[in-house]
Amino acid sequence: MSYFSDIYKGIKTLLKGMGVTGKYFLTSRKGAITQQYPDNRETLKMFERFRGEVVMPHDENNEHTCTGCQKCEIACPNGSIEIIWDRGIDETTGKKKKKIDKHIYHLGLCTMCGLCIEACPTDAIVWAQNYENSVYDRTQLTKVLNEPGSKVKAGIED
Amino acid sequence: MSTMSIALNITTTIQDWLMNMMPEGVANILAMVIVALLYLAIFAVAGLYLVLLERRVAAWFQLRIGPNRVGFQGLLQTMADALKLVSKELTGTERADKFLYNLAPYFVIISSLMALAVFPFTKEFQAFDINIGILFLIAISSIGVIGILLGGWSSNNKFALIGAMRSGVQTISYELSIGLSLLTMVLLTGSLQLSEIVEVQKNGWLILQGHIPAIIAFMIYMIAGTAETNRAPFDMVEAESELGAGFHTEYSGMKFAYFFLAEFINMFIIAAIATTVFFGAWLSPFGITESIPWLGVFWFLGKTLILVFLMMWFRWTFPRLRIDQLLTLEWKYLLPINLVNIVIMAIIVWLNMTIQI
Repeated sequence: MSYFSDIYKGIKTLLKGMGVTGKYFLTSRKGAITQQYPDNRETLKMFERFRGEVVMPHDENNEHTCTGCQKCEIACPNGSIEIIWDRGIDETTGKKKKKIDKHIYHLGLCTMCGLCIEACPTDAIVWAQNYENSVYDRTQLTKVLNEPGSKVKAGIED
Repeated sequence: MSTMSIALNITTTIQDWLMNMMPEGVANILAMVIVALLYLAIFAVAGLYLVLLERRVAAWFQLRIGPNRVGFQGLLQTMADALKLVSKELTGTERADKFLYNLAPYFVIISSLMALAVFPFTKEFQAFDINIGILFLIAISSIGVIGILLGGWSSNNKFALIGAMRSGVQTISYELSIGLSLLTMVLLTGSLQLSEIVEVQKNGWLILQGHIPAIIAFMIYMIAGTAETNRAPFDMVEAESELGAGFHTEYSGMKFAYFFLAEFINMFIIAAIATTVFFGAWLSPFGITESIPWLGVFWFLGKTLILVFLMMWFRWTFPRLRIDQLLTLEWKYLLPINLVNIVIMAIIVWLNMTIQI
């Protein structure tokens, strides 16, 4: 008798599946996930996890949290990050201390793997959500992440 | 005239008008050419807009928007696609059987075009009302598979050949179910002529007249019909993940477009047969527009499009069957149920247990 119960179950599950897709069909107008991109360029905002490019956030005093430890440079599998560093005298302690001169990031080489951001012990670099990264000349893809004249935030190494 | 009088209904007025101006033979031929061109136009427009409908419906099922850029709401999208395909180069494989390779698309497209001719769009608008209409439709729909087999065989490509052979297996098996489920309904009408079948349905659509066995026959017909058009979930013929594009892997440009259009027209034909046999063709529900006969086209197309939508719903819901599951479904389930169903229907007709309004 499993012949007839198979037919019954088959029809039941098929109708259930059609119910699910039918519900999607009816709500698709409101819930459409398609972004009509160039039209909504003003309002389009990428989601939190989107990997646009690596940036270094600076606070209002033009201070970042990068200590120049070079962990990101070592973590990068294809050499997108170069750190030019220097030693300077710390004003408070008077000791010699490592600091970054330029944090150079080659967006053209980057594969957005995120290993540098995972490696960073002070969260100095994060993902930005911008998505219009095309330029006319590839030299523009080589970016210096720290702002000119910026310095490391005090007490970040303690 | 006597030989041509197989009810070329739509042309009688045109024919009378032409007859006043030229000799009878010329007028007949001209009238036929006009009908042929009319149906060719319907074929092209219907095919293109069914493709657009499929793409929009698919998009809505997947929470997308679908093509909406070319023309208002994308209405000219498929026209643009067709223009692009016309302008493309016709490529082919090196050692393909050139004659059969070029012939195959025409087999497919002509068979579906011929099937289109017998549908009663309204009482007047039916090009070719032969007395064996249903049989003609079943016969024509099996000719289409020859085009698919030829295309797969002649393109000298293993994927195309496998796809074509699968299509052959599938169509031959499911032909049986289509035929038997329509036969179940013919028990009610007592005629194979499509205009007669519509006439019988003035006492209630056949799906109502035949109640339970008619509903079972309709379900079997829709399953078998979906398989017959090689659409998902029965699209092993062109299973993208296994065979590239199946039998039309090696076709490009307009020849590919012929196969593509024919697939959609076949879907329309399957839905139109179901409309004619189960849902009263151009008859309006409860006869609400009986006084305005030309509205029949609206009812016919409306019912057909609902059934087309049902087939699209199937396509975007169910996963593809394996070849053994496909044959199990046909030979172990659909066929025995169908045979029992015919007996039940015969008993119902014999004991006058049909519902007549």
